[in-house]
Amino acid sequence: MTQAAVSPSGASASGGAAPLLKLSGITKTFGAVRALDDVALDVRAGEVVALVGDNGAGKSTLIKTISGAGPADGGSITFEGREVHIKSPQDSTSLGIAVVYQDLALCDNLDVVENLYLGREARFHNQPFSRMNEVEMEQHAIELLGELQVKTLASVRTEVGSLSGGQRQSVAIARSLLGEPKIVILDEPTAALGVAQTAQVLALVKRLKERGLGVVLISHNLSDVFEVADRIVVLRLGRNGGEYPATSDQRQAVVAAITGVSDDKPASAATTEVQS
Amino acid sequence: MTGFPSTVAERDAVDESGNALQRVLRKLAAGELGSLRVLIVLAIIWVIFQIANDRFLTAINLTNLTLQIAAVGCISVGVTLVLLLGEIDLSVGAVSGLAAAVMAVLSVKHGWGPYPAILAAIAVGAAIGLFQGTVSTRLAIPTFVVTLAGLLAWQGAQLYVLGSTGTLNINDETITNLAGVFLDDWVGWAVALVVIVGLVVTELGFRRQRAAAGLVQAPPVGSAIRLVGAAVALLGGVYVVNQDRGVPLSLVILLVIIAFFHWLLTRTRFGRHVYAVGGNDEAARRAGIPVARIRTIVFVLASALAAFGGVLAASRLQAVNQSSGGSDLLLLAIAGPVIAGTSLFGGRGSVWGALLGALVIGSISNGMDLLALESSVKFMVTGGVLLGAVALDAATSSRRTTGRT
Repeated sequence: MTQAAVSPSGASASGGAAPLLKLSGITKTFGAVRALDDVALDVRAGEVVALVGDNGAGKSTLIKTISGAGPADGGSITFEGREVHIKSPQDSTSLGIAVVYQDLALCDNLDVVENLYLGREARFHNQPFSRMNEVEMEQHAIELLGELQVKTLASVRTEVGSLSGGQRQSVAIARSLLGEPKIVILDEPTAALGVAQTAQVLALVKRLKERGLGVVLISHNLSDVFEVADRIVVLRLGRNGGEYPATSDQRQAVVAAITGVSDDKPASAATTEVQS
Repeated sequence: MTGFPSTVAERDAVDESGNALQRVLRKLAAGELGSLRVLIVLAIIWVIFQIANDRFLTAINLTNLTLQIAAVGCISVGVTLVLLLGEIDLSVGAVSGLAAAVMAVLSVKHGWGPYPAILAAIAVGAAIGLFQGTVSTRLAIPTFVVTLAGLLAWQGAQLYVLGSTGTLNINDETITNLAGVFLDDWVGWAVALVVIVGLVVTELGFRRQRAAAGLVQAPPVGSAIRLVGAAVALLGGVYVVNQDRGVPLSLVILLVIIAFFHWLLTRTRFGRHVYAVGGNDEAARRAGIPVARIRTIVFVLASALAAFGGVLAASRLQAVNQSSGGSDLLLLAIAGPVIAGTSLFGGRGSVWGALLGALVIGSISNGMDLLALESSVKFMVTGGVLLGAVALDAATSSRRTTGRT
């Protein structure tokens, strides 16, 4: 495990390789369906963990237990060394966990600055009808996008509806950083993007890592995963299907773990725990 | 600036195809210059009516026009707020009638003073808005249905409040003065000058702030054109109405209301959230915006504005009767903002559209009256203009969304 948390912003002074977020024994049932069964996941600062698996493997359900949108039934979650209970999205946000959803949740009729600051607008006074401080918001937006090297926007006052898919994804990711999170969860950030736009978003993911953030990347696209991830965690039928270092020689093993056809073992017992 | 290429010059360089005129035309077609488009429509209508009847563009007729549009313009401001959410309020006409009836009954039959009576009318409107907004958000019933029920119910309440007399003449001078008083000539000029100076100072302060922060400035030509345009409109308007009776108080009231709501929508967090809810309510909810509360507040404001519009209408008519707030008032109050480019799908538009749309519709109505045309023709023409405007809106907004890759 190459754990080089050299964060330029000095965000996390985590003691060595202690995980920032540690999930263990997570279970979640919907009626008779066991969606998650004894799932474990570690995320360290300055690390990109890819969460992969087939449709219905439990990726979204697992993310919802972290984001608070669908709390776990059992198991424990440790954040920065202490046990936490995430019951609502507010709990998750206040811990410093940000989620960028697949459908982005941007307002097409608002411009980039307005979207970045939606719900946390800067104001001159903290009173109900105080004027918004547009200059401050625009300055910070330019600063933030500059740090992330999002360079293709013509202007931060462009309406988001007229941006390309990659630019929209960049805005959504930048937006999640305004709350100064420690962990960013990206749900299928490159789905439905072209080649150039995918490259743009993946470069952005690498910069999140350079900032010392822990990144959880959910993706179907293995070439994206191998390009940016440090570790790959496979979910299969609601269970851990193995964990692999993201080196290209592991590709076959990851595919096998996802599909469950490795070494003619029965799918339910896919315990190919290849620890790095 | 960290090398972030956000200068207007660079953006224009990207957009540099064709000459300046072509670019303006393209923006016009794309709906970016919405208010300019409706101004052109208005100019065309005025020219046509002036050719048809040379009394149309006289001081007395233009003054009458402003008196005619004050009430519907006020109601349209509230409708604009609701449309920005992507919702609809079909009850504004009935609410304006009921509120006017409440005011008249309190003033005439119960001897209330003018201000308490007017405030009571507005409070009735606000309470109705609170009720409709709460029912719609709590029970997740479409506002179309809730306000359609309201349209029927408040009409009934109006008949009930008016009782057997049916018509009440308003004698109170303070109330009738709302629509019957004109500013002295010099007061009109003074107000116009103060407003112009205020606009210039605000714009300069805004530019200085951005310059101090090292942000990109819009070209000064744009600011200059807007300020000169506003100054010409204000001074020209005051000059014209001063040839007749002076600046109508009701026009000043309408402009103050519009300016306030423009400020509220563009400068405060509440306004930003209204646009956000109208643009994408799920995104707004995830951003932590209290969507239901925003919706309810907007419905309260819309009904309160409708109530005040009813007060203005009653003041002009100097009476309230069973058909107050009925007939085509609701449809015109909704048609106005839509003609001026406020999207029915939410998230796009400005409260100034309430004024411009009311001017377009009022001009058609006023011009046709001058030509002594039947109201049958009037309705058909107004309908045609509305359809044309919405068709233009639909065509341009679909172009905007398909413009995304």
